[in-house]
Amino acid sequence: MSVKVLIPTPLRNYTEQKGEVVVEGHTVGEVLIQLTSLHPSLKPHLYAENGRLRSFVNIYVNDEDIRHLLKEETALSEKDILSIVPAIAGGCHVSF
Amino acid sequence: MSLSDLTQEEFQRYSRHLMLPEVGVEGQKKLKSSSVLIVGAGGLGSPLAMYLSAAGVGRIGIVDFDRVDYSNLQRQLLHDTSDVGQLKLESARRRIFGINPNVKVECHETRLTSQNAYEILKHYDVIADGTDNFPTRYLVNDACVLLKKPNVYGSIFRFEGQVSLFYAGKGPCYRCLYPEPPPPGLVPSCAEGGVLGVLPGIIGTLQANETIKLLLGIGEPLIGRLILFDALKMEFRELRLRKDPQCIICCDQPKMTQLIDYEAFCGIQKKETSGGESEMEITPVELKKRLDNGEEIFILDVREPHEYQIVHIGGHLIPLKELPHRISELDPNREIVCHCHHGGRSARAVAFLKEQGFKRVRNLTGGIHEWAEKIDSSLPKY
Repeated sequence: MSVKVLIPTPLRNYTEQKGEVVVEGHTVGEVLIQLTSLHPSLKPHLYAENGRLRSFVNIYVNDEDIRHLLKEETALSEKDILSIVPAIAGGCHVSF
Repeated sequence: MSLSDLTQEEFQRYSRHLMLPEVGVEGQKKLKSSSVLIVGAGGLGSPLAMYLSAAGVGRIGIVDFDRVDYSNLQRQLLHDTSDVGQLKLESARRRIFGINPNVKVECHETRLTSQNAYEILKHYDVIADGTDNFPTRYLVNDACVLLKKPNVYGSIFRFEGQVSLFYAGKGPCYRCLYPEPPPPGLVPSCAEGGVLGVLPGIIGTLQANETIKLLLGIGEPLIGRLILFDALKMEFRELRLRKDPQCIICCDQPKMTQLIDYEAFCGIQKKETSGGESEMEITPVELKKRLDNGEEIFILDVREPHEYQIVHIGGHLIPLKELPHRISELDPNREIVCHCHHGGRSARAVAFLKEQGFKRVRNLTGGIHEWAEKIDSSLPKY
């Protein structure tokens, strides 16, 4: 089953500037694994070294945060849209 | 006449509000007797300050310590070209007075810190977050939760923005959305990524709208909802935010009950005050001196090609994200100085090259920006 994943601006550098990617999968976890195998440089931005999703990147199925569903086990249906929503600090200065 | 009563001039000024049954004289008096603190007089703070003052919010506080720079003028409408070099607070105060002299403006010329946040925030009804970095965002959030104040949140990056209203007594807080910040460097800053000038205008105006609704007690506040705006698609999306029952600061039995060191929390190491060189860094002055001595130093520029077009100092261009697969272009035995715009990306490049076995590689402190300031003022700054 193919599911649409919306890629936010800060991560489009890692998806060849694509804002939407359609990938196969029946659960959120499957879709994300497929997505990061298509776009390997995206992986460190979604997953920490321990293999868990990073705490400053949220994944939504339609308008619901997967942390309030079954996380990566959340099952998907044909029309579901997955969104990746990273924390942005927004402004004008280098924050180093 | 009580302090919140309207004068003749105010009846005229606010007539289009007074004709709205949802506002009316009572609502306008509410606005007049209310107070808002705007954190940051930048891109988001500009529309916030301008619309809130035009709407007749009685008292507006602004926290900022920065000075106006040419690169601000593309989006920060509080400041004019003639204000470049002056304190942002001064131009903000002038602009607000020009829009509505009835507003009492309180300028807080300081960086918001864990030490001063309570003292500043506690005097205001609503806090509007227009900051540009993670440490201050978490600080504003935590102080608002602990003081039980509403936090009107807005954030921007390139063509995309987020808006919400965090009000821990009634819904989720910022930590329910993002429990922890990204480590520095993983998410590019706006200075690296750029930002469409209109974007903070749109997002800051939405924040002003939520602030006014909240002060008037009308409409449906943005509590528990996150609005995402995409300027390129011209699309608004709404996501549901829920209170995290385990939230470290806003749950029933919070583990966190006071403010912390937010720079440390966000993984930012304090800059050494000596300003000297280390094994990892070289200053523009030192680099210039050594180049003038005829020393052979390879300059590596890790910015993007479009930045190179704006200005360069003749470095070999490999954008940071291409570095891993173009590393063969570099000689591990040569002395390399790596630079970017301000020094952030090149610090990551230096760390990466060191890991790959490069021994003589250092970061140019302050990047090409500082080079243009200290060494060659004929170069354009951006």
